[in-house]
Amino acid sequence: MISLKNLTKVYGHGDSAVTVLDGLDIEVATGQILAVVGPSGAGKSTLAQCINLLERPTSGQVIVNGEDLARLPERRLRVARRRIGTIFQSASLLSRRTAAQNIALPLQYLGVTPAETAARVAELLERVGLSHRANHYPFELSGGQLQRVGIARALALRPSVLLSDEATSGLDPETTRSVVALLRQLRDDLDLAVVFITHEMDTVLHVADSAARLEHGRIAEQGSLVDLLTDHDSILGRALQPQLSSADPAAGSRAWHVTYDSRSVPADWLQRISTDLGEPAALLAATIQSIGGTSTGNATVGLRSPERLAAAAFARYGLRAVPRAADPHPSTPATRATEELQWA
Amino acid sequence: MGLNISAAVQIRALADTPLPELPALLVPALGETLAMVGIVMLVVVSLGTPIAVALHNMAPGGLFEHRGTYSVLSWIVNIGRSLPFLVLMAAIVPFTRFVTGTNIGIAAAVVPMSLAGIPFFARLVENCLRDVPRSVTAAARASGGSPLQIIRTAQLGEAVPAILGGLTINTIAMIEYSAIAGTIGAGGIGYVAVTYGYQRFDQTVMLATVLLLIAMVTIVQVGGDALVRATTPHLRRRA
Repeated sequence: MISLKNLTKVYGHGDSAVTVLDGLDIEVATGQILAVVGPSGAGKSTLAQCINLLERPTSGQVIVNGEDLARLPERRLRVARRRIGTIFQSASLLSRRTAAQNIALPLQYLGVTPAETAARVAELLERVGLSHRANHYPFELSGGQLQRVGIARALALRPSVLLSDEATSGLDPETTRSVVALLRQLRDDLDLAVVFITHEMDTVLHVADSAARLEHGRIAEQGSLVDLLTDHDSILGRALQPQLSSADPAAGSRAWHVTYDSRSVPADWLQRISTDLGEPAALLAATIQSIGGTSTGNATVGLRSPERLAAAAFARYGLRAVPRAADPHPSTPATRATEELQWA
Repeated sequence: MGLNISAAVQIRALADTPLPELPALLVPALGETLAMVGIVMLVVVSLGTPIAVALHNMAPGGLFEHRGTYSVLSWIVNIGRSLPFLVLMAAIVPFTRFVTGTNIGIAAAVVPMSLAGIPFFARLVENCLRDVPRSVTAAARASGGSPLQIIRTAQLGEAVPAILGGLTINTIAMIEYSAIAGTIGAGGIGYVAVTYGYQRFDQTVMLATVLLLIAMVTIVQVGGDALVRATTPHLRRRA
């Protein structure tokens, strides 16, 4: 597991000093994936460099398996860094080495014997599904394959923490999905604590167990994905929800924007509300998905019933409902939050 | 006047070296040129490369960033790059004599040629290193490499094809410098070209030395290009 305690990074001195990270507290347990999101300039890449200690934090601790790495002298830091595997955005492989030779690099640095290295590399290639590409050069590999080589290299020294710094940015959706699936698989098989830094909100839903929102160098919000998604006041939770364009309600009926506000929304809520109110409920837009076994999502529902009755019906099933204004593009708190978080 | 001109023509005609005698004149000269350029390139690569690595890594964002030392080193390299070779050669005669005990011959030519070649090569290699993506060095650091390991594998290793290209340019420049050094009696093709072709109007020798220099430069360039191809995976596979 990895925990950051009061992590602060300041660049420059005196009047020109810029505080990029300001007292961050983050903890990722073994077997967990934490996504860190935030707009560009929020300090995401500095955070990444402080986690794998390519940059030393100005103050605060980076604790991996009980040891604070932030204050180690340079030589010991180099050894300690091996406990943290890093996956970079562009896989940053050596262009003149084959996939296998790239994966072998950390082992070679460590001075592992050629025989042991070969065995370990074969195992890693197998694990990321690239055994058939062992002797290919980076220019012969696709974006997803390059990233798999990068992942295998990050795992070469059996780290307990995996840091992914925008590892899926720039990949097409399908490749992103397969890389994310691989990361989750590896997390389970190898008991890794994973810090997944990204600006892509839809990837967060697929990869993470919990998420933190970084803003102006501070953690603005942090929690498990389910908590964030079922918390109506969470800006991050709202931003993680897909934005839907709904159909217009029939004349005389009112459109309600409904979000899952608890962990116990029954799957047949729409039917039940219809029955309770004695009118057919019109489904104008909806997206529902299961995150960690809990259903979350949002929907737009058209109803004729009086506002008070309808709101009560929604509340009965753990839903939060806001009547949509006549304005076709209402600036509800939810859409505002999403606009603020639409960075990609 | 007419007599004078015909006398000059006469002298020129007399001075032309017969073709069969050319090898005896040119082969030793070629050997001297190769020796000069070879020694110089050895010195240039073994001193220019560390200077380039130091420049690259002391610059902002390098492995051992150090603005002050970078500026001083960069300034020294710039001085070495500013002087035209002929001026440099003349200016450092006392130094050359101090180092080699003489100011003529191959030994004396090697000193100014190296002094001109080292900063030239250092800048070429520094440029090559700068073209290696920064993330490659970051990945090598994150992989637990020591500075020396990172420099060897992620910086120089990645830049090998570019450096070989630079080495080709540098070698050709040194062939050129060796010809200039011929004027101070360094020997080699340049010396032959100057004494026979220029001072004695020996057209045969002049033409022969020109062809020889063209051939040398061509061979170096073709050889250099082949090495670049051989060390670049995507060029190698396609070939």
